[in-house]
Amino acid sequence: MRESRSVVLKGGVVIDETGERTSDVVVQNGAIAAVGPDLGGDRVIDAGGCVVAPGLVDLHTHLRQPGREEAETVESGARAAALGGFTAVMAMPNTTPAIDSAAVVREVLDLGAVAAVDVYPTGAITVGRHGERLAPMAEMAELGVRLFTDDGCGVQDDRLMRRALEYSTALGVTLAQHCEVASLSEGTHMNEGEWSSRLGIPGQPAEAEELMVMRDLALARLTGARLHFLHLSTRGSVAMVAAAKGGGLTVTAEAAPHHFTLTDTCCGGFDPVFKVHPPLRTADDVAAVKAGLADGTVDAIATDHAPHPPEEKEKPFDQAPPGMLGLEYALALAITELELEIQEVLALLSWRPAAIARIKDRHGGPIAEGRPANICVLDPREEWVIDGSGGASRSSNVPYEGRRVRGRIRHTFVDGEPVVFEGMAQR
Amino acid sequence: MRHLIATSDLDREELESLLALTEKFVEVSSRPIPKVPALRGRTVALMFFEESTRTRLSFETAAKRLSAETVGFSVSSSSVKKGESLRDTAQTIEAMGVDLMVVRHASAGVPRQLQNWVEAGIVNAGDGWHEHPTQALLDCYTIQTRLGSLEGREVAIVGDIKHSRVARSNVAAFTMLGASVTLVAPPTLLPPSLRGWPVRVTHDLDEVLPKLDVCYLLRIQLERQAEALLPSLREYTAYFGLTARRAELLPPDALIMHPGPVNRGIEIAADVAELPRSVITDQVRNGVAVRMAVLFAILGSAGDARSTAARSEVVGGESSA
Amino acid sequence: MAERERRITPPYGGVFVARTRVLDGEDIRRAIWRMAHEIIEHNHGLDQVELIGLQTGGVPFAWALAEALEQVDGKRMAVGTIDVAFYRDDIGLRPVLPEAETSIPFDLTGRIVVLVDDVLFTGRTIRAALDALIDYGRPRAVQLAVMVDRGHRELPIRPDFVGKNLPTRRDEMVNATLEGVELGEMAKR
Repeated sequence: MRESRSVVLKGGVVIDETGERTSDVVVQNGAIAAVGPDLGGDRVIDAGGCVVAPGLVDLHTHLRQPGREEAETVESGARAAALGGFTAVMAMPNTTPAIDSAAVVREVLDLGAVAAVDVYPTGAITVGRHGERLAPMAEMAELGVRLFTDDGCGVQDDRLMRRALEYSTALGVTLAQHCEVASLSEGTHMNEGEWSSRLGIPGQPAEAEELMVMRDLALARLTGARLHFLHLSTRGSVAMVAAAKGGGLTVTAEAAPHHFTLTDTCCGGFDPVFKVHPPLRTADDVAAVKAGLADGTVDAIATDHAPHPPEEKEKPFDQAPPGMLGLEYALALAITELELEIQEVLALLSWRPAAIARIKDRHGGPIAEGRPANICVLDPREEWVIDGSGGASRSSNVPYEGRRVRGRIRHTFVDGEPVVFEGMAQR
Repeated sequence: MRHLIATSDLDREELESLLALTEKFVEVSSRPIPKVPALRGRTVALMFFEESTRTRLSFETAAKRLSAETVGFSVSSSSVKKGESLRDTAQTIEAMGVDLMVVRHASAGVPRQLQNWVEAGIVNAGDGWHEHPTQALLDCYTIQTRLGSLEGREVAIVGDIKHSRVARSNVAAFTMLGASVTLVAPPTLLPPSLRGWPVRVTHDLDEVLPKLDVCYLLRIQLERQAEALLPSLREYTAYFGLTARRAELLPPDALIMHPGPVNRGIEIAADVAELPRSVITDQVRNGVAVRMAVLFAILGSAGDARSTAARSEVVGGESSA
Repeated sequence: MAERERRITPPYGGVFVARTRVLDGEDIRRAIWRMAHEIIEHNHGLDQVELIGLQTGGVPFAWALAEALEQVDGKRMAVGTIDVAFYRDDIGLRPVLPEAETSIPFDLTGRIVVLVDDVLFTGRTIRAALDALIDYGRPRAVQLAVMVDRGHRELPIRPDFVGKNLPTRRDEMVNATLEGVELGEMAKR
């Protein structure tokens, strides 16, 4: 390969899992060429006042392709991810058709190959995500799929979930569960409680999530399989995961930005932009999720970026689909709302999710010579106001409209290429 | 007033002024020609995304007695079924020159959503389990005319509170006017949380009946059995139905109310519904005057942006005549 | 229509400031006494006559006229009241006063109705009152009695009985009560 021009990020504070130091970083030929003081390069980018960190990793992105290209495509979703500082996203399998076979995995991999960031398809646990028969996990694992989920719903059948967990142990993959017991959640559109009662909207209790967390912890113990909990939203769920981890069980968990920033009071104006699964919960649940993120019970922040076109969100609350955008706002919301050191925020958004996804060889690793140059550069102090219609996503269902936040991505490098430069998407 | 979406949006003064205005339209309705030209040239759209013959006719009569034009649809004939978005439907209808939309929808919150998308006034004619404010107004008016006032009155709302927009609207309105409200229902038919509701709750109807001024019965939907909310309608009637025996427990001048349509023999015994203190027909009659008051308060109010031009013309020209 | 309605009606909203007193209470009493005689004379007695005061400013004058008519003729008159809020051509500009009730305790059909108001200005209120009246019955004739005619008519309406013809500027305000008639302006609050 011909030597490419080198780029040096000068004067930034490098933060990764090994610690924090002021250092220059040279990027060349898709890799980190050098890290140290007073380095030069063909092109100098001033990173003074900025943090240079491993690119962020989203465990939970809905790219909608194939099947729902009016809402998002791999290309547009990847661009939004890059603008949010992500260098890798896990594409959820609830597409049309679902990612439940090697063929669909290949299609998404092909679409991802030309996208701004690395796109890792996740596979469905059951065929068509119908919760009836196991999907061919081995053939998908062979193509590199490391995370399997029926996200959008949980695997309801106890026996089937047990078998899936058992089967997964031979493949070295992780099952990720959307915890929601259908018999308690069917026909519901928000959290059950004070606000659902007031608004007359059918609600689902926290227990709809917690019962499945409880069952899956038991099944993880039974099978010894690796299990990851998607978007935990209740105090009870966080407490059970904390207890399980304390008891030595190797489970992991994520939380979505909206579950540590918004509550069910947001539904008071009947705006379906605030409709999401699991639903926005109470202030007490928000506090518990924040505490879980702070104490390590919850391993990662995952966006659950779920685009829907305006006409879908302009339906009545009970007919509109659940989901909200997150890729471009997750980092700023975490910095603004979590009262954590920047390194801890980056741990939640970069190296811990990279470890769960088992892509640490490419993403989330230390900023060190020879490593792939998947890097984000952020200004942790820049304040800005979220404008939902100004994003790169094809959709604009942003529940944070008008919110003032702190922390913004300047540049994102994927394999050394500046896919975002000075806050602008480059491809 | 620009819209009427929920009784909980009103303050006591607004509620009382609507009831005072209702009084005037009761008078209008009693005339040989029960019609005034007040809203001549205004157009009211009756947008019934959910069928309701009674409410629709009541609003239509109200609009016509005010000389407003009415246009409308009910869901069987609408394009909504064909997948047109709510916003498109509303904006298309508004573009035809509609001043006010009366909206009934099976989904909670639709009138509130429409408010964000159109300039026309919005009147909620019932949205899902959320609110049915004109029902609450006509109930308040009916109680006021029979009992003088709601202040200090004891009201029980009996039945399926959880799924009832009438209950939500009435709890807010009754308590705002000074009544104390007791909800009487099996736990499965109560909202999951009553935090912030200024009510008492009991599961024992016999216990509350002797001290009531108003016994308000809600309609029980027959499908509640299938959802495992009730073992059977027979059991419901046995414990929560206003039977002839229970009606005896009420004070002699207590009112019996029901928003209709009545399931005779289930929430109320047929002969009880016919008692003189059952004011169910008054409710229906007052419905027209209440809806006239609401339409007039919105379209005939000084706050209406549309009449700004006309008003500036009048500043110099109109005075005591 | 009484000035108080204007005071609480946007955008007038202000305080009436009197500049000159045109009539005092004694003048009003004399004018009413004269109008009572004119009504009796014009209608050859009171057998056919009914009185209806316009809400809200005309009602006290209607009662005062009824009293004067009783003193002159000996016949006790019932007084009806009529609120024209729902008949106006400027709906939306005026508040609807809850106390302004319509009450017509007699059958209008075939009778001579004397409408009574405080001030006659553009004539629009009277136009509305005529419309309203028709909904209650079919009078044989309608006559109009006003305490003050201040001119500036916008409709072909003229009074039959006038307390006082008062030339005014358009932007002036006239306040007529049983205590007197004042000419003034509306001051912004």
